[in-house]
This record gives sequence, C-alpha cells and structure tokens, in this order.
Amino acid sequence: MALNAAAYAVTVFLLLPTLIIIPMSVGPERLLSFPPKGFSLRWYAEYFRDEDWIRATLFSAEAGIIAALCATTIGTMLALAIVRGRLPGKGLVELLVIGPVIVPHIALAVAMFLVFEQLRLTGSLLGFAMAHTVLALPFVVFTVLAALYRFDAELERAALSCGAGPVRAFCHVTLPLIAPGLVSAALFAFIISFDEAVVSFFISDLDRKTLPRKMFEDIDFNISPTLAAVATMLTALTIAALLLGYALKRGMERRARRTGP
Amino acid sequence: MGVPDGSQGHVALESLVKRFGPVNAVDRVTLEVGAGEFLALLGPSGSGKTTILMAIAGFEYPDEGRILIGGEDVTWAPPNRRNLGMVFQRYTLFPHMTVLENIAFPLKMRGVGRAEREQRARAALDTVRLGGMGERRPAQLSGGQQQRVAIARAIIYQPRVLLMDEPLSALDKNLREEMQLEIKHLQQRIGITVVFVTHDQTEALTMADRVAVLDRGCLQQVGAPRDLYEAPETVFVAGFIGETNFYEGRLDGFARAGEPVSVVLDGGGRMTATAAQSLAAGSRIKVALRPERLRVLPAGEGLGARVTEAIYAGNATTLMLEGEGGRRLRARIPAGAGLHEPRPGERVRLSWQPTDARAFAA
Amino acid sequence: MRRPSRFLLGGRRYSPAASLLLAAPFLLLITVVFILPLATLLHESLFLPEPTTAHYARAFAEPVYLRVMLRTLWIAVLVTALALVLAWPLAWVMSRSKGLLLGLLAAAVLLPLWTSVLVRTYAWMVLLQRNGVLNQALQGAGIIDVPVQFLYTQGAVVLAMAHVLLPFMVLPILSALKGIPEDLPRAAQMLGASAWSTFREVIWPLALPGVTSGCLMVFLLALGFFVTPALIGGPQQMMISTLVSQQVREMLDWPFAGALVGILLLFVIGLTVIFKRAVRLDRFVGTA
Repeated sequence: MALNAAAYAVTVFLLLPTLIIIPMSVGPERLLSFPPKGFSLRWYAEYFRDEDWIRATLFSAEAGIIAALCATTIGTMLALAIVRGRLPGKGLVELLVIGPVIVPHIALAVAMFLVFEQLRLTGSLLGFAMAHTVLALPFVVFTVLAALYRFDAELERAALSCGAGPVRAFCHVTLPLIAPGLVSAALFAFIISFDEAVVSFFISDLDRKTLPRKMFEDIDFNISPTLAAVATMLTALTIAALLLGYALKRGMERRARRTGP
Repeated sequence: MGVPDGSQGHVALESLVKRFGPVNAVDRVTLEVGAGEFLALLGPSGSGKTTILMAIAGFEYPDEGRILIGGEDVTWAPPNRRNLGMVFQRYTLFPHMTVLENIAFPLKMRGVGRAEREQRARAALDTVRLGGMGERRPAQLSGGQQQRVAIARAIIYQPRVLLMDEPLSALDKNLREEMQLEIKHLQQRIGITVVFVTHDQTEALTMADRVAVLDRGCLQQVGAPRDLYEAPETVFVAGFIGETNFYEGRLDGFARAGEPVSVVLDGGGRMTATAAQSLAAGSRIKVALRPERLRVLPAGEGLGARVTEAIYAGNATTLMLEGEGGRRLRARIPAGAGLHEPRPGERVRLSWQPTDARAFAA
Repeated sequence: MRRPSRFLLGGRRYSPAASLLLAAPFLLLITVVFILPLATLLHESLFLPEPTTAHYARAFAEPVYLRVMLRTLWIAVLVTALALVLAWPLAWVMSRSKGLLLGLLAAAVLLPLWTSVLVRTYAWMVLLQRNGVLNQALQGAGIIDVPVQFLYTQGAVVLAMAHVLLPFMVLPILSALKGIPEDLPRAAQMLGASAWSTFREVIWPLALPGVTSGCLMVFLLALGFFVTPALIGGPQQMMISTLVSQQVREMLDWPFAGALVGILLLFVIGLTVIFKRAVRLDRFVGTA
C-alpha cells in the first residue's frame, strides 16, 4: 500500500543519515566516502591518541554522571511531592517543570553564560552539572511520575498499616518497585547531559569543554574523519542506552504484573 | 422506514473458505439467509463466526467461494459499496460527533441534504426510544443507549442487511435480556435481514429465526432453535447447546438416522436410543440425553444410580448422580410438579423416552 | 499504638510542609539556574544603560534583524509542515502494527530522538557537503558534472531540521492515532464512507489533538533551534538563535541579545499558553 511504502521511506530517512556514518568511519582516507575504500581503524586510533578528545570525553562523562545523579534525586523527590503530597501552587510547579523544555535552549544558554561568568562558573564542573541537571529534570520528573502512577499506592498503604513509618514504607516498598524507572531516568538524564550542545557551547572555556563543544568546534573548523569515529561511538552509546532502557521498562512491567491484582 | 425490497435482503454464502496461515478459519461454509430473516451465527471463540461476518461486511476477503447479496456477487466489493448496516461489539459511535450527527453520518455520506438528514435522524432516534438525546455526545450515554444509537445509525439508510457482531456482550445481564427483545421486535417491525454473531446460546435461541452453529470453521447445523435443542445432528451441537449427559458405549447392530438403537454401555448396562445419524454395526457410540428428560424413580425399570448431591434452585432441583462404572450424570426435576425428589445417598432408577436419547458416532 | 505521623494526612498523603520539603531542592535549583539567569538577561535588555525599550525597537527597526526574525518564522513553518507530511504515514502505520514490526519502527523513531543533535547534524553535513556523499553519488550516476552547493541553503536547513525534530511530530500523532479503535474507521466505511471521507470525517478530527501537539512542539523547538541552523545554514540562512549567539560572542551586545531572547520567549510562551493542553511532555519520555 502507498501509505506503508511512505512509512518505510520515512523510516529510512530517519535512520540513514546517522547509520551511513558508521561504515564511513572505518574508511582509510581523509576524504570521507561511501562506500568506504577499505577498512581501517585509524580515525578511532586518532581519537584515542588525541589528548583534547579524551579530556573532553572524560569531562562530559563526569558532568553527565553528576547531573544524572542530581537530576534523579531531585526529580524523584519532586515527583513524590506531586503524586503523594499536597503541594501548594502545584500548577506553577508543573509549569516550572516543563520550563526548561519549552524555553529555547539558546535563550537558556545565553542567560546562563551571562550569570555564570559573573559567578565564575563557566568551564567549571559545578556549572555544567547544575546546567545539565536543570535540562534533564523535566525528563526525569515525567519518567518517575509514570513509574509512580503505574505503582500501586495500596502497597504503600499496606506497609503503613503494618506499622512502617512513611520513610520506611517508601524505602522498603515503593523504592524497590520503582527502582527500574529511576535507573532508566538516570540513564536518559546522563544521555541528555552527555549530548547537550547548546548550553555547553556557551559555558565552556578554553581548557574545560565538553565532548559536544569539542565536536562543534571541529565540525565548524574542518569536517575531519575523526568526527565520524566519534559520531559512531556516540550512536553506539545511544543504542546501548535505549536497549538498557527498554530492558528496564520490561522489568518494571513484569514487576507491576506480579504485584498487581 | 419502508420495508426493503424482498429479494434485496437475501444473503448466500457459497463454499466460503478463509485461511489464516495453515488454519482454515472458515472451512467450506455454504449458507443462505432469507430476506427478512433473523439468522444467528453461534459458536465458541475461534469457530469462524466473526470471520464469516467480516467477509459479508467486506473487511475480510475469502480465499475461496462467493458471497451474494440480493443475488449480486459482492465477494470483492469494498465495504462502503455493499450497502449493509453493521453494529459492532464495542460501541463504535464517533466520539467527536453528537448523537444526531452520528445517526445522520451515513446519510451525509450518501449526499442527503442537511434538513432531510436531521429530520430522518430524529425519526430514527425516536425509533430506538432515545428522542431528546440527539444533542448529547456518545460519552454522555449509558452502554445500552450507545448501542441503541449504533443500531439507529445502522438502519437509517435502509441497508439490505444488518450485521451484528456480538452487540450486547458489553452490557450487563438484565440490560442484555431487555435489549435482546428490543432488537428482535425492531427487526420484526422493519422487516430487515439480520445476521447476528454471538457465542451466547441463550441469546441465539431467544432472538433468531434460525441458528447456524459453527465449530472450528465448519458449519455444524442450521435450524430453528427448537430443532437444534431437540434434534441436534452432531455431537458438537448436542454438547454445545444446552446441558447434556453423554453416555459412551458400543452399538448393538447398525442403524440409519431416526431408527431406534440399542447401546451396550461402557461399565455395564444397556440403553435404548434413537440414531441421530447413520451408524455402522458395532461402532463406538455417544448417546446424548438432556438432564430434564431423565425420569428419576425410587425403583423400577432403567439404569441404577446413586444421588450424590441435590441442588435446589427454586424452579428446579438438579441431582448429581453416580451411575454404574463411576459414570457421573445430572438430572433435573422441575419444582411444583409433585415429582419424587430423592435425597443424597438414595439409590434411584433412571428411565427415558427412546426418542429423547440421541445416538452419535463417537 | 503508633502515633499518626505528622508527615501524613489521612494516612496516605504527605502534608503540605513535607511536600514542600521534597520540592525544595527542585525549586532552589530552578530558581538559581533557570529563573535567575533569564531574569538577569531580560533585565539587561530593559534597563541597560537606563530603562528603555530601544533594544526591542531596534530588532524590528533594522531590516537585517527583521529579516532574520521573519526567516526564522518561515523556516519554522516549513520545518513543521515537512515534519507533519513525513510523520503522518509513519505514525499511521505504527498505530496499526504490532510485534516485531512495531518494535523496529519505534526504534527508528527513538534512535534519532536520543542521538546527539550534533551527530545528526554532522551526518547531514557529510551527506550534503561539496565533496559529500550526495554529490559523489549524483556525479557517479552522471546526473551532474560539477558538485552542487547543498549546504548553506534554506532547503538543507529545512531538511536537516525536519529530520532532527521528526520524532517530536511522530510520537504525539502516534499516541492520538492509537486512541482510535480499529472498529471506528470500519464503522465509517460500513456506513458508506469512502477512504477519503473516513479520513476527513473520522480519523483526522480524532487525530487533531495529537497533530496540534506535534506541530506545536516542532514549531517551538524549530524557532529556537541553534546547532543545526548554525552549522548547516551558515551566515546566509541566519536564524534568530545564531543572531543571539553572534551578538553575545562577537558584538558583546548583551542588552540587544537580551531583547532578542525576550522576543523569542514572548512568542514561545504565548504559543504555549494558547495551546496549553497540547504541550505534553510525557509522550517523549522513556522508550515508548
């Protein structure tokens, strides 16, 4: 059918530009070509030999891990307050949650640049961690909200009726059951931070820059084949994260079924 | 609403086959529905009844065979060209339209002007006793009301045939029974042909002029409700319609359909029955006998049994019996007829009219 | 017997105080890293060097800047339209498939959604550049003799941005289409509607909330998009985000950059408020 053919064409359109980079990254020549004229891992070797690339990668990883942990902790607390609590001004809080998604990143990036410079936070791990935590929070909050809604609140009530305090009820009953949701939230928060380009573009400085900022500079400067190797590795990381996220979701659904009616 | 032209509502299926992979979902089904007739397709899930309905509607195309409506071959016609009405299992009212817009939808599709659409839709709404509900949204109606709107929508354009796919299965018991009669009366009033799919035998027996029983894609028997119950032609129909005791044994001699036979039962004893089909000499036999056709007496002729349990249910008492060789049976004794009601543990004798016991090849 | 906890009201919900305590880290962080920076920037645009609206007036008065803003709007419209056209068939087929096929299609949508925007933009540059894959292929096939300039054209920007933002269109439409029971279009057909009437009278009106939501998301994101237009559009196709960046990094004109951000925010927030119910983030979370 025509509609089916169109759908598959769109699927190819979605995947092709990203996936075509993979074979090109193992071509031996400086000029990227498809199909590659041979097989060589020299651009991967170049990446691992280049201290700038490694430093940027490690810095991104550090910022990503901190942002993921902070966003997951803070986001989970907020999600609990929204679902289980009586939060005054809940509508406003919910508006603030989607704020970092609705407000264009360019606006946030420039604004953070302005303030962070005055606070001497540009190029600092703290600055990146805070900025990326804010950017990842909406996704964390919604992921945890979904996990909490799926979770049977009766179980928590049952724990309370067994004599557990609210904190213990949360730690021994709720937390283990929504844990896969939290891990998946943390995972995607890390990916958001690790791939974040716009804010990083502005709040990096010459010494401390993230991987996307380094990529940005290299793309703008010259399209070197090392970038193809980096892009391939980033795509592989995304695929791994998606598979892990899928496995976690499956695990959570199985648990929900086991504990459900 | 006028009565559709006589021959227009005639439906004929000619050796219809539909395969899903290696399975024949519908296996050489040949069936005719007369104009103005109410036919129920009855069977368990997976019997092919819905597939047949979907083929008549035009949502499935058969692998073999033909479908004729009003004498015209519509096997390959798209659904919107068949001029049939259909009521689905779940309420398929369009949620973004009002009740009146829903009912007028088929008229709009047929290019009927706005004023006439509205007037006819209001009339149809009255027909299903929902006058005054026209401005509401489907979500504001109860399940039964929604299904009535779906019926009004399906008959407003006077389709040749009305197809119904378990339309009452989502309703609760009382409402279902009320709607069964209401649909039946509506059908009789407007004289439309109805093909009604259901897995509920009571529903089929209550509503239909004739019932077609299906099992695993094969047509088992087509007949009036009374014939199906009293003269089932296959073991499946005997077991599927109503409650039945089965006795297994071996035939003494041979018989043609309708002749009296004598069966040597497994575990001892002998019973007289009537052959439901031609039976070869000495063949394995299943005898079907309805619980309410068993006469239960304290002593006398017939098979011996012991009462294990007596369940009182107001209008009748059901006896659970254990016969010779550990055979388990049920008998039903109507209340108020002054019949003997044995107690658990009591030994009784069971007898029956040979015409009530039907013998099938096992 | 245990004394009722003061953190719990009615035995199941946290009290307002406890709730506020749980929300406090979020509120603190969002104030310092979100509200405060934006407020500071907007303050600069309105009060530097003295209270004035001159910076805003300048954005509209100077044709160069006005052109950038209009181009931004126009590109965002084109991107939204292209994304809608591309997303509809995919969302429709996804909504009607299951099992392995659905898994593969979902993966095709989710992989780009979570792949770095830089990686995807880089891929488009590799495809479209002067000695890129597309030119190589066209030359190889003998269709063209000299390489065609694809990069730095409006077409390239629109194509690449539609690609990057497509998942944001597919997911809300998919979620709306999934909510239409299969029997509903069937009923319409049965009642005499052709394929086109079924689409116009039943499917489209019911999918409209998802379409609105998708269009709004894509349009909003396209308005403020930075990476792809900056790299693929170049200076010729400058959009408002690139202009803001230029003002900050090259001109050091903070008040004017603030004014541009203010205009962008006003637009974005205005649209969000008008279509409040269409902004649904939960559709983009997790792995579908």
